[in-house]
Amino acid sequence: MLMAALRRLGQTVFVLFGISALVFAVFFATPGADPTARIAGKNASPQTMQKVRQEYGFDRPLPVQYAIMMKKLFITQDLASYADRGELVVPEIIRAAPVTVSLVCGAAVIWVVVSIAMGTLAAALKGTWIDRTLMMLGLIGISIPVFWLGQVANLITQNRYHDTWLFSWVPALGYVPFTQSPWGWFKALVIPWVVLAVLFIGVYSRVLRADLVALSGEDFIRTARAKGLSPSRILIRHGLRTAMVTFVSLFGMDFAQLVGGGALLTEVVFGLPGVGRLTYQALTNLDLPLIMATVMYSAVFVVLANAAVDMIYLLLDPRVRDAR
Amino acid sequence: MPANMPPSALLDVRNLRVSFPARGQMIPIVDGVSFTLNHQDILGLVGESGSGKSVTALALMGLIDAPGVQVTGSVCFRDQELVGMPQKKLRHLRGKEIAMIFQDPMTAFTPVYTIGWQIDEQIRAHERVSRQQARARTVKLLGDMGVPDPERTANRYPHQLSGGLRQRAMIAMALSCNPSLLIADEPTTALDVTVQAQILELIRSLRDTHHSSILLITHDMGVVAETCDNTMVLYSGRVAEYGPTSALFASPSHPYTAGLLASIPPLDGPRPLRLPAIAGAPPLPQNRPAGCAFSPRCPYAHTACTTALPPYIATGPDHFAACVLPQEGTPLPTRIRNELVQESPQP
Repeated sequence: MLMAALRRLGQTVFVLFGISALVFAVFFATPGADPTARIAGKNASPQTMQKVRQEYGFDRPLPVQYAIMMKKLFITQDLASYADRGELVVPEIIRAAPVTVSLVCGAAVIWVVVSIAMGTLAAALKGTWIDRTLMMLGLIGISIPVFWLGQVANLITQNRYHDTWLFSWVPALGYVPFTQSPWGWFKALVIPWVVLAVLFIGVYSRVLRADLVALSGEDFIRTARAKGLSPSRILIRHGLRTAMVTFVSLFGMDFAQLVGGGALLTEVVFGLPGVGRLTYQALTNLDLPLIMATVMYSAVFVVLANAAVDMIYLLLDPRVRDAR
Repeated sequence: MPANMPPSALLDVRNLRVSFPARGQMIPIVDGVSFTLNHQDILGLVGESGSGKSVTALALMGLIDAPGVQVTGSVCFRDQELVGMPQKKLRHLRGKEIAMIFQDPMTAFTPVYTIGWQIDEQIRAHERVSRQQARARTVKLLGDMGVPDPERTANRYPHQLSGGLRQRAMIAMALSCNPSLLIADEPTTALDVTVQAQILELIRSLRDTHHSSILLITHDMGVVAETCDNTMVLYSGRVAEYGPTSALFASPSHPYTAGLLASIPPLDGPRPLRLPAIAGAPPLPQNRPAGCAFSPRCPYAHTACTTALPPYIATGPDHFAACVLPQEGTPLPTRIRNELVQESPQP
């Protein structure tokens, strides 16, 4: 078990190296484009160009350039954005990350709890109108675009009905750090959480129901019934527990890509200064160092989260433990 | 079957019929099966694939839950009627009074829990015992079933055990609450031949060690001959023949039974170049012929066979066959060979 975990960790380090090299190559070793001009921004003076070339070592071989870039990203952390008047990129991301993590974790709690409840209930009542209604709701959730739902939520809670008793508690758009006021943090985030969770509730509850229904035809469920267990115990201890293996691998991927900046639309709609919005700004300003940094950040996060999921996998599925 | 069965019968099945809906009509997969099983008896249920063996077993346990299925007739277990018994009440019998062993031990355990956990679970579902007491019993059961190092095996996951060990664990789980009836649905089909023999030996011994009655479902006549006191042959969802195993093997009264027995290679005497086979295939349940379901393949078939269902005729003590031949005075020759069975077609 420990060996398996260590081996997984080794793989993670290797994959991270591969990704960093690839990202570096895409941005700085593309033939026919001078990275100096792109970092220095539009209409940069020759002096700035010269300074940038010096700083990043663009007149030296590629491996040296890669090493300088990694040093600037991870060790000295002084990668600066020229498009944004020398703003340091790494601290910017470090400031944005807690916002994104707060948003995604809250939403994840909501979508996991609600989708497990919905999926299990629908599977237990398979074929009844409750099952059909829940799955229809799930489908609606999947089909609603998150930016539209966010705008509608804003329209209702910030504008139209803000002065009614129902929504007068909703704060203005933006983020309140948890350390500053936990209650304010919660109030600022609860609507974005729900909006972000809706899509995933739809997907996960439908996947879980389908999984549970498929499992109900398995031999081991028949054994469990022959043992004289109650239907709820069979569904939860045998069916749901086994279905969790699929559920967790799905969750790992979605969670990682959201924390890595995939919640961009939600962050933009609700004015949350997270990593997604940072990426969005970097893209609109063509701010190359910032884009490079956010892509690296997101890649690192996806890989780390996948490693974490694999660890959970080891706990969840005994077959995986021995298979490696 | 007759009315003179002893009062001690543990299980008495009368006219059991299980029908599945298909294209707007009900297809009886099991069609009027009746038999009795006495205390500490081993009854073999034989038939080819699709003859309704497993469906019969699942119906006894109340485990058929496909939408629209109709189960009619009577299953009397210890003077309780099981057909139509509410699931909640049936649940307390399942696993406690009636236990079942399944064909494929590979898939019959939940993959994410240890063997011991799953056996404990069954014990604790039916009896108020502590976790430790349950585990102690589990370990003892596993040991009794010939599992080496039962304490460690209890903490292993199903995929870590061999097929034979898993089947032993399965039997241990089935016996964990001392059931009076054990249904074994092809318990040896998925195992190696050597392991098969060990498992059969184990099942045979259960009658003395655990005082269980056993309903053994198989398609292997050899297994039946070695193991069972009585044998019931199913053909196309109906009982073809029922009788004491020795009598049934010595003088089969139904042409189908005779054909099955003829397809076993003889141990002594000249061996046939090619094993005889029964020509044709069993009818699909939805187009069983009128009259005897075996008539299209039976060399003795005549008008009486195709017009009405054959009656059950006693051909010996406790020995019955659903065939008109004994009544008409044309008993089958013992171990008939050439006139009934034709050579199997060239592949």
